[in-house]
Amino acid sequence: MTLLLKNVTYTFPKKEYPVIDKLYLTVQQGEFVSLIGKSGTGKSTILKLITGLLTADEGEISLYKKPVTLGDVGYMPQKDLLFPWRTILDNIMIGAEIQKEIKLSKEDARSWLKKVGLKDYEQAYPNQLSGGMRQRVAFLRTLLTEKDVLLLDEPFGALDSITKKEMQAWLLSIWQELDKTIIFITHDLEEACYLSDRIILLKDDRTIEETTVPLPRPRYQEMLHSQILLELRKELEKKI
Amino acid sequence: MKNLLKQYSLFIVFVVLIMVLVEYLVRSKIVPAFIIPAPTSVANHIVEQWRPLIFEHLKATMSEFSIGFIIAVTAGVGLAVSMYFSKTIEKMLYPAVLISQMIPIIALSPIFVLWFGYSIWSKVAVTVLMSFFPIVVATYDGLKSCDKDYIELLRSMGANKRQIFMKLNIPMALPSFFSGLKIAIVYSLVGATIGEWLGASEGLGYYSRRMSGDLNASGVFASIVILTVVGIILFALASLLEKRTLRWKNRL
Repeated sequence: MTLLLKNVTYTFPKKEYPVIDKLYLTVQQGEFVSLIGKSGTGKSTILKLITGLLTADEGEISLYKKPVTLGDVGYMPQKDLLFPWRTILDNIMIGAEIQKEIKLSKEDARSWLKKVGLKDYEQAYPNQLSGGMRQRVAFLRTLLTEKDVLLLDEPFGALDSITKKEMQAWLLSIWQELDKTIIFITHDLEEACYLSDRIILLKDDRTIEETTVPLPRPRYQEMLHSQILLELRKELEKKI
Repeated sequence: MKNLLKQYSLFIVFVVLIMVLVEYLVRSKIVPAFIIPAPTSVANHIVEQWRPLIFEHLKATMSEFSIGFIIAVTAGVGLAVSMYFSKTIEKMLYPAVLISQMIPIIALSPIFVLWFGYSIWSKVAVTVLMSFFPIVVATYDGLKSCDKDYIELLRSMGANKRQIFMKLNIPMALPSFFSGLKIAIVYSLVGATIGEWLGASEGLGYYSRRMSGDLNASGVFASIVILTVVGIILFALASLLEKRTLRWKNRL
């Protein structure tokens, strides 16, 4: 397995009860896993623990059998957090500037921008871009850190539904092409069912419930209206 | 240039009207010339005296200004950065920086003359004291205002402290730094002028005081006009540098 969280417990400073309690979770290479659950169930906290931004009180988190440290995985926070003073091209190059072992040339970065339909924007600044475009840039920045595991914290939460659909299709196509492992947070159950192999439901009592999505790959937008997805969604809605 | 004219056309009309009014008041002897000089006689004074005004007095004022301004910016940025990195330094020196602004500078100046005599350094000291504060506060606030989410993003990529400072804190602090710089550049000029009042043998501040002693209002206003023009040019230069550096802000 790629990623293993074993008996992970985390309590926020000055809080009495742990937000994550003895969590056990494994993720396989190339798997697309969604985390769902109400606010405050610790979805974002799990991602921050995996990145190494937070340190677990107990338990271990390992990536390819080694404890994770900062810089091991690609992390895309909720806000796009593009650097307003950097051009789009320079924004997606930031990972390579920080980690010397990332060999990303400007040419590669340019061809990526072309691939995601932002060819004409490489010299633009973030404030000239729409929400969907900014989100694509933020995702590219995460992707171009060249990590196997990508943690995406509600990347499409702030987008309108049409843009969101486009972005989902786009994300699926990239994921299929690159064999990345993705852990994805969302509040949108339909989105979780449509994109994931497996859905992890975080409950109020600090337990989790796993559901495997029985839809075949590759996924198409028509599947959004399939019976399987509708039923799965209904079932999840009851449990959440 | 066209845009500038368009933007400031009303202001220019206002200034011209005032000047015409003053000229009229003085010429018709409603106001005596030693109270307010006629704009034409100020212009005359500048034309007649331009050599000493520019090559002696402006030169002296500009040297004091430049040395003082450079010291204030260097020391101010240095202090702001050290306060950002060390809580101890911040706790120790930030109140001192604040209090330094409460001291009436005119009251301090005899001390400066005592310390530095009538050399250029007594004027530089006043200049530094005037412009140091806006630089420190603006730079420090800019460094501190950095969003913690951005820091987390860079840390998640494995960035070290130095990288975070270079790639995030500095660019984030720049807009605030430039606000401070624009204030400081004008204050520096004021500081140099005040410094000269206290004891000097050259400089536009000294010149205006000497002219005032001679009841020569045209002379006083001549140096004021030159100082104002220089102040505007300096401010414009700082704004230009700001626009150039923060190009991303202008594109919308």
